[in-house]
Amino acid sequence: MMRSGLSAGSRARWEHFPHDADVGVRGFGATAEEAFEQAARALTAVVTHAAVEPKVAVEIRCEAPDLELLFVEWLNCIIYEMAVRQMLFSRFAVKIEDGRRLTATLWGEPVDVARHAPACEPKGATYTALKVGVDGSGTWSAGCIIDV
Amino acid sequence: MDPGRFTRVDPTTWRVEPQGAMRVPAIIYADEQLIRDMDDKVYEQAVNVATLPGIVQASYAMPDAHWGYGFPIGGVAAFDADQGGVVSAGGVGFDISCGVRTMLTGLTVAQITPVQKALAESLFRQIPAGVGSTGAITLDTAEMNAMLAGGARWAVERGWGEARDLERIEESGCMEGARPEYVSDRAKERQRREMGTLGSGNHYLEVQAVAEIFDAAVAGAFGLAQDDVVVTIHCGSRGLGHQIGSEFLREMVSAAKDAHIELPDRELACAPINSEVGQRYLGAMRAAINCALANREILGHYARRVFAHFFPDCSLKLLFDVSHNTCKVEPHVVDGKPRNLFVHRKGATRAFGPGHPGLPAALRTVGQPVLIGGSMGTGSYVLVGEATSEQKAFSSACHGAGRALSRHAALKQWSGRTIVDDLAAQGILVRSPSMRGVAEEAPGAYKDVSAVVVAAERAGLARRVARLRPLICIKG
Repeated sequence: MMRSGLSAGSRARWEHFPHDADVGVRGFGATAEEAFEQAARALTAVVTHAAVEPKVAVEIRCEAPDLELLFVEWLNCIIYEMAVRQMLFSRFAVKIEDGRRLTATLWGEPVDVARHAPACEPKGATYTALKVGVDGSGTWSAGCIIDV
Repeated sequence: MDPGRFTRVDPTTWRVEPQGAMRVPAIIYADEQLIRDMDDKVYEQAVNVATLPGIVQASYAMPDAHWGYGFPIGGVAAFDADQGGVVSAGGVGFDISCGVRTMLTGLTVAQITPVQKALAESLFRQIPAGVGSTGAITLDTAEMNAMLAGGARWAVERGWGEARDLERIEESGCMEGARPEYVSDRAKERQRREMGTLGSGNHYLEVQAVAEIFDAAVAGAFGLAQDDVVVTIHCGSRGLGHQIGSEFLREMVSAAKDAHIELPDRELACAPINSEVGQRYLGAMRAAINCALANREILGHYARRVFAHFFPDCSLKLLFDVSHNTCKVEPHVVDGKPRNLFVHRKGATRAFGPGHPGLPAALRTVGQPVLIGGSMGTGSYVLVGEATSEQKAFSSACHGAGRALSRHAALKQWSGRTIVDDLAAQGILVRSPSMRGVAEEAPGAYKDVSAVVVAAERAGLARRVARLRPLICIKG
């Protein structure tokens, strides 16, 4: 089992990357878990640049045949919780077992339209530009295009 | 994209001959400048689609094609079930049956101008738009299943629409073969409170004026005259369609492997039409089409309510309602033989020409209205299907302008507030819960919709009837 990264390590960061019609999200970290957590922060930033308070915790679990498909599952699970709970999330703790099973806690708050001014709604994570991997320096990255 | 990569058949037809794993050619309809402006990914994706089993005739891309998921957005591909043909969740897209409807108001610009601001505010308040907005309708399990089976017909039966609308909606408002039981609980849960909501991104409700008429006879048949006012709604199957798309995309990655289909891109995930997964997807996808048809019918009803407040004698009449992201079984003649094909249109509009038996009597002699959404600043077009489109691309045409710049790039270049102010100075009132959302949808982030529709016309896909300019734009 890989360890989860609750606090952001020195390699932890996220970015958006362009797509013709939509937007790509990519997280980086010392572990796959941390990269997944950072990519989730990038997903929230697709919707809002405003602060999101980590007031309410939501537990999720998902699985997939490999780590890349698991990454898409992870983002789709967050998108589902955002949609049915009308919430945004800002803090994430991920645990991955065998590269195929993921459990996580998301912390966030209900959408406040005036404060968060949500720009757009993620429809789903895609397999386009999907890549999860570790570079020569040991930094993990996890990214794909989000259909918005 | 380098036009040199194609065989130029004529000024608007660009062909890639079958090579490698391609089973058929790839054909893009566009003029040379549009080809140059397209991402190389369009070439790659159109070629990839041509490798799928059971594809018939060619893998097509419309003049507004851009980089999509597996299929290009603006892609059209037909498959024959009896020849191992496939159905692809990626080939339909996440926003199943996302589409456009245009309603005639019977009003003129001169009548709207005095109340334009109040009308904009009222529409913005009454049409739930954007993330965090809640619809007024909550569906229990029985009603959810009734909606998924009934589509716009269900909406009309519940009082959210008018019976006369139905013949002006594809499939007469109700997609046959929908199987609500194949729609997951999670997809239904995502939709429970989303009926009658607009969504976000490029979805909108606009009040538009007829700014230019290109074909007076057809415009007359459509009920469009200079300075007439119409209402156009662009949205889809909301969370339900997105969830179905995500779930079947995942399942079809395995299904393709099981069927020994080599996928050049995982996003092309597909299943044989004659397979359990393929049939289950078709049943769920058709239910999502009904969800989109019902949703647009309800939004149309809300627009009617607002207009009735300002203009008690006004009655909004549906011109037509088109869907962009679908897979439909249609009869087509290939090499002189009639065949039933599964036609995927991903970001493309069905465009029946004059005389097509699938059209209601009132439109049969002129052809189907093809509604093309542009950006919020530049305007939209009403086209009419051409008979030549049947042979060119299984009766299909473009669907919009297509983006020229990513959201990312748009955000760097424009401020939402400035765009709203600039458009207001031009008489276009934009209302949105998110100024960032407005910036991401900036008019400058889109290609020139005029160039796209001219190319569609020259290619014989659909012909221009009227140009519409926005007066009010409600964005999600």
